[in-house]
This record gives sequence, structure tokens and C-alpha cells, in this order.
Amino acid sequence: MAEAIRVSALTKHYGQLQVLRGIDCAVADSEVVCVIGPSGSGKSTLLRCLNGLEAASSGQVLVHGVPVHDPATDLDQLRTEIGMVFQRFNLFPHKTVLENITLAPGVVRRLTASAARDRAELLLRKVGVLDKRDAYPNRLSGGQQQRVAIARALAMQPRIMLFDEPTSSLDPEMVGEVLAVMQTLGEEGMTMVVVTHEMAFARRVADRVLFLDQGQLVEEGTPADLFDQPQEARTQRFLSKVL
Amino acid sequence: MEPVLWFGWFRADIIAEYGELFWRGLGMTIGVTLICIVQGSLLGLLVGLARLADARHNPAKLLCRVLLRWPASIYVSFFRGTPLFVQILLIHFAVLPLLVNPVDGLIVAGDAARELKQNYGALVSGVLALTLNAGAYISEIFRAGIQSIDRGQIEAARSLGLSFPRTIYHVVLPQAFRRMLPPLGNNAIALLKDSSLISAIGLAELAYAARTVAGAYSRYWEPYLTISLMYWLLTLALAYGVRRLEIRYGRGDTR
Repeated sequence: MAEAIRVSALTKHYGQLQVLRGIDCAVADSEVVCVIGPSGSGKSTLLRCLNGLEAASSGQVLVHGVPVHDPATDLDQLRTEIGMVFQRFNLFPHKTVLENITLAPGVVRRLTASAARDRAELLLRKVGVLDKRDAYPNRLSGGQQQRVAIARALAMQPRIMLFDEPTSSLDPEMVGEVLAVMQTLGEEGMTMVVVTHEMAFARRVADRVLFLDQGQLVEEGTPADLFDQPQEARTQRFLSKVL
Repeated sequence: MEPVLWFGWFRADIIAEYGELFWRGLGMTIGVTLICIVQGSLLGLLVGLARLADARHNPAKLLCRVLLRWPASIYVSFFRGTPLFVQILLIHFAVLPLLVNPVDGLIVAGDAARELKQNYGALVSGVLALTLNAGAYISEIFRAGIQSIDRGQIEAARSLGLSFPRTIYHVVLPQAFRRMLPPLGNNAIALLKDSSLISAIGLAELAYAARTVAGAYSRYWEPYLTISLMYWLLTLALAYGVRRLEIRYGRGDTR
């Protein structure tokens, strides 16, 4: 399988604070990788380094062979290939659901208004929020907002999707609807990197799980291996607390 | 004209006699205010953005600081830290003669300069001073408005591939504008009232009209009460307009 993402010797520090201490990992095309670990372990920072939202201190990230942290790279172009979904949804509050989704395809991809609209409605049907297309985000539940955010990212037809704790700010009864959309996406062959605390989701959907602790990639493996036979003491300690 | 007394003391005939002066003064006040609101807002937007300019890598990072942030800060500090009245005098009597001068004007010279100064000198100086002053205050409103937008909004837009300018235009400014409307409205009202200071350099606006009438008749209640009411009506109209805009741009607001 072709390689979608390759991370080599990636470090990140804020002043004295070392957040990532040399991460090496790779994600293949169509692979679903879940990143787990305690809070403050650097999971989100790693994810945000993948599309250049966070600048790396040293090391390299290649996305389909393009060096993300090279000043010569056109990050705007690269980001059209990488969708991202945030913990706090970050929908644009001054735009309707439909406008949220059609903005980037119209402005960046230069789609006509009707083409962007058709695509948006298709995606809204897919994530099950079509009936809210003309509502403003503040009228939607958290679960609906997050599904709209997923549709918004998909509207750029990215080759990779990044999820930064997509269910962490949801009420428990809404977690399922968002995870279901993500599972469908993974089954359709989308390359996905998911930072999550949903161990059941990771076990069910992930092809591979990475365990991060204190800025280091401690262990990685298939869900079966990592959850049932963790090799490292730190992994065992973490899993015993969350499972 | 026979004296016309209202309520036994208000000489309405004086106002009527100088009616045209008041109407023209009103037109001038409104015109100057509108021009300065528009120009001040554009200037304020540019300066506000300049004060926020930054880049990821050197040398662009250094250039942003030295060529954009520093000059913008000095400009804002000066125009907020000195009296508007002094700024008007400085611009009219010191800066303008430097730029527009029959002998060696830097921008306009010769007969054109003489004509311009004669007919429009006070207008040009007044509009320039008021615009520069308003731009400094408005830039702070823009800066605060832009900075108040959640970082997540910018990250979401950038992650969709929108460039920084497009993010500012499509995502940040529309949201910031909603929050900036009340302070911008206050600023517009202040500008309207401050335009009366330009009468000091001889621009025939409302306050100038009142002064002319007061000088001619040595009566003060009539002209100053009249223009007070006119200013009051204008500020009420402005406040109403701003409130309408707030309602219109309040869509999707969480409140």
C-alpha cells in the first residue's frame, strides 16, 4: 500500500516545554489510525503538525511525499487534501449550515454555486443533517454540529481526514451518531488519523493504534495486539485506567 | 425683518434670516462626517491589520515588525495621545502649507495650489485631521474585534485551504464586524460632534454658522441652541442606523 503520511524524528517544544520528543510513524493509504494516550501526551500536537497548523521544531512530515514544514511548500494547496475535524467543531457561526460547507469549495476550488450546493446537500444527506441545511450552527445540537463539520471537511474531497478528539465535547448520547459517521467513512476507504479517548471505537474501527505518552510514541500495533497484549509497562498502566 | 419672538425670548427671525447658512452648515457637517467615517474606517482597517501583521519565518517576520507594526503603533499612539484640536491646527497651519504651496508645495504648487488653499484649504485640512484621528481610534476597534475571534475559527478556515487573507475576509471580519458595530457607532457619533472643531480653521459647517450669527447679533441662545438640536437629531439618527445594522448582522449570534 502506498504511504499517505510519514513522520520522521518530529519534535515540538514551546520554550522549555518539550511536547513531542522525536516521533517516527507512518500511515498508509486507506488506513485508519487511532492515536491514544493520556492528556498532555502530545496527541493533538502531533495531529496538528500533520497539516501544518502547528510548526514543527525539528524533524519532517511528508504527506503524499510533500514536506509539510518546508517553507517552500504551498500549505494552502496541501491543506485542501487534508480535512480536519476539531474537538470544538469550529463551525462558522455567521454562516448557515449550507454556507459553512460551500465556502471553501467555492472560494478555493472555484466550484459554481450550484455545484457546491449539490455537493453539500449530498454530504449533508450522508451525515444525516440535511434537514438543517438553512439553520445557523447555534440552532444545532453538538452531535449535529460535529457531523456538519465532518461534511464541511469532506466537501473539499480530501484524501486524508484528521480528527482531533471529535467526540470529547459532546454529550454522551450524541457520541454514537458522530462515531457512526466516522466508521462509515473509514469503511469507504478514507485515510484517517483519529486522536480519541473512545477506546471501543479504536478497537472496532482502527487498523492500527498508536499509544503516545510524554511526547513519545511508546507502542503501536493492531487494536487486538495493543489492547489485549500491551508490551510496554506504560501502555499497560494507561489501559488499566481507561478500559 | 421684524423681530419674531417665540415663548417671549427666542428670536426666531434671526435663525430664519440665516436659514441658508445653517442649512449649508448642516450639509457640510453631514458631508464631512460621512467622508471621515468612510475614510477613517478604511484607514482603521488597514492600520488595525498592520498592527497584527506577523509571519512565521524570518526575514518576513522582521519586516512585519519594523515596517508594519512599529509605524502603525507610533501613528495610533500619536493621534490618540494628542488633542484633536491641536492636530487640526498642526495640519492646517503647518502640514498643509508644506504639501500645498504656490512656491514649493510638495504635492501641489503654483496657481492650482493658491486656488486650492483659498477655496478648499479648511475642508482639506479638516477632513485630513479628522480622518487621521478617527483612523487611529478605529484601528484599535478593528484590532480588538479581530483578536476577539476564537482561534479555532481561523484554524478551521486554514485547514480547509483558505489562505490567510481569505480567512480574514470570509471568516474573521464578518464575525468581528458584528462585535465592532457598537464601538464603531460610538466612534461615528464622536466624529460627528468633533467635526465642530474644524470651525476653528474657518470651515463653514454648523458650529461656524452659529458663531457667525452670534457675532452678528450678539445673541447666543438662538444660534447655539439651534445647532445643539441639529447635532442631537443627527446623533440620534446615527444611533438608530447603527442599531438597525446590529440587528441585520446579528444572524447566527449565540445570544
